[in-house]
Amino acid sequence: MNSTIGLLLLQDGLTTGFIYALLALSILLVFLVTRVLWVPAGDFLVFGALTLALLQQGQVPGTVWLCGALGLTTAIVESWRAWRSGIWQDWPLVVGISLGTPLLVGGAVLLWASSKPALPVQILLTLALIVPMGFMLYRVAFKPLADKSILTLMFVAIAVHYALVGLGLVFFGSEGYRTQPFIPGRIDAGFTRISWQLTLVVATSAIVMTVLWLFMGRTLWGQALRAAAVNRFGARLVGIRTETAGGLAFTLAALIGAFSGILIGPVTTLFYDSGFLIALKGFVGTVIAGMASFPLAVLGAIVVGIVESFSSFYASAFKEAIVFALLIPFLLWRSAVEPRSHETHEHDE
Amino acid sequence: MKKRTGEVTMEMSRNALISLAIGLSLAAPAAAQEIKIGLSGTFTGPNATNGIPYRNAAEIYPKTLGGVPVKWILLDDATDPTTAVKNARKFVDEDKVDVILGSTSTVTATAMSDVAVESKTPQIGLSPMQIPEAKLPWVFNLPQPVPIMVSAIIEDMKKSGMKTVAFIGYADGWGDLNWNALNQVAKKEGINVLTGERYNRTDTSVTAQALKILATAPDAVFIGASGTAAALPHVTLKDQGYNGRIYHTHGTVAKAFIDAGGKAVEDARMPTGPVVAAADLSDDNPVKKVSLDFIQKYEGRWGKGSANPIAGYAWDAMLLLDAAATDALKKAKPGTPEFRVAMRDALQSGKDVAGTNAVYRYTPTDHYGVDERARVMVVIKDGAFRLAK
Repeated sequence: MNSTIGLLLLQDGLTTGFIYALLALSILLVFLVTRVLWVPAGDFLVFGALTLALLQQGQVPGTVWLCGALGLTTAIVESWRAWRSGIWQDWPLVVGISLGTPLLVGGAVLLWASSKPALPVQILLTLALIVPMGFMLYRVAFKPLADKSILTLMFVAIAVHYALVGLGLVFFGSEGYRTQPFIPGRIDAGFTRISWQLTLVVATSAIVMTVLWLFMGRTLWGQALRAAAVNRFGARLVGIRTETAGGLAFTLAALIGAFSGILIGPVTTLFYDSGFLIALKGFVGTVIAGMASFPLAVLGAIVVGIVESFSSFYASAFKEAIVFALLIPFLLWRSAVEPRSHETHEHDE
Repeated sequence: MKKRTGEVTMEMSRNALISLAIGLSLAAPAAAQEIKIGLSGTFTGPNATNGIPYRNAAEIYPKTLGGVPVKWILLDDATDPTTAVKNARKFVDEDKVDVILGSTSTVTATAMSDVAVESKTPQIGLSPMQIPEAKLPWVFNLPQPVPIMVSAIIEDMKKSGMKTVAFIGYADGWGDLNWNALNQVAKKEGINVLTGERYNRTDTSVTAQALKILATAPDAVFIGASGTAAALPHVTLKDQGYNGRIYHTHGTVAKAFIDAGGKAVEDARMPTGPVVAAADLSDDNPVKKVSLDFIQKYEGRWGKGSANPIAGYAWDAMLLLDAAATDALKKAKPGTPEFRVAMRDALQSGKDVAGTNAVYRYTPTDHYGVDERARVMVVIKDGAFRLAK
């Protein structure tokens, strides 16, 4: 190996590493605020990429119907709950989102899909279609279980993941799709050639991360999210509604997932079931960071991407084994440094 | 209240069963002159892309085999081995079929073969599968085995004076099958295999593997993958500046592959059944006439450009059964164990049967039955598969 190849490998590792980092952020955000292990993170990535791919081909993506079905389910479940409990406070907003999204966005897609609108419109439609589904999933599947153990929540998350993969197969079929490149080719930087895609991925990820950081640090909503993450009980005492925080976390997670899908769509062929492995690598990143720190999770995920790239070069048959084996030394180190786990922390409350 | 409804339903279904049984026994003498063929395929599930053409082809199947009425029974196994076995059991126990076709993925086809052997029913596997000695008497393999296809690649390389090849393929059974075949054939033909890289169907990047391949500077690269996922290494290699020839497996001969690879996969070469380039074949090739007839019928039903080698396998299975039934009907009556033996014997009689993908010639010891007439080399030109010169 020489430095040219080394630099190209580094680039490749950074490109995938930043995608893993985005997913790591969504996983960590959801986990800290709601204690749900966000297994379907990758499914939202796939939905984002494949929805855009089908829009580019001038077809109506199946996610329109998924969004409609999910919206209707949410509206029915929420109405029933409100009627049973007599609390109608949230009802207009939730039902508005659940029914409004499929009607407005879905309707727009049905109307415009065949005329192939411009790329920014396609991206906006994709995001508008996918992001509210994160919120709906929270209201339907996770909100009623908010007080259950981490293990229960994880089982539900896995069930949701399998349901989404199964629906993905129905909606997108077993063949893979690739979206058109935003900017093809490479820039000659003298010592190496940098692909436009890498620049794009790094720049947009950096923007997303900065916006997220500003949101969490500077806005009231962000601070409420952080408060709920640090101590849910305490947050409730000072008047923060944890279910609102949960809904917001899921919406943001869906946004990040769909956005990563749009970013990665032109680089690779994505299948209905591609998401799980990508999310799993993002998860390795968050575990390296001890499931606690956002900057460390980003760093961990980028390390995963780079290790993956180099191990693909040296021993491609074993690269998954190498990436997942990374967990072992980090877990050993973590358990030596901080013996208290999240679950015991829960019982202390 | 609920319980009583249950009883009533039970009673009703029992009555229905009894009347059905009576009906069947009355119908039995008439049905004796009818051949029954069970076809189980992966019409849904992850392998649906490879299964649906079989179901489509079954719609243009003829109403007779060897001059006798035939009943085609189609079942979906959803790419699930357990369901495939269930379907095979249903074929054998309830329908009492004379021949089992299927399934259309290697795993499901292999799962079904136990039932075929146990019930002494001939089975024609519609996806490349290994036939162990114990199953040889009853199990036939229809699509070309991998080494036959890979040898076409090595032959094509030698014709162009190439001496070295690098491999990148799936880290799964399909990748292994192609990697082993490549090593085996290349060694025999004096071609040097430089490196073997692996990736997963769901991987997002193969840049590292492509760089490794580039570093060995091979005359040609063989991508041991299938479908749209085979486009990723191809596009990456081109993107990294590789100018040599790139070969694929016959699992990429589909419009979806060209759609996924776009302009980058222009000039890609792959071995495939001759039906793909039927119009370009020479007139003395027995495959040409059969293929053109099949394409006309299939496209008449499913539209122009719809014909594909996978539907061709389905057609070939029918042609094989038709030829075998003509002989077997002289010896026994359909629906009897004797007829199943006669069908098996007729299938492996060593006669040439021209199909769309091969000229098949099964013998009691060879149940793969294809030779180099079973493949041609095609090249992608202007977004279409053409015969390579």
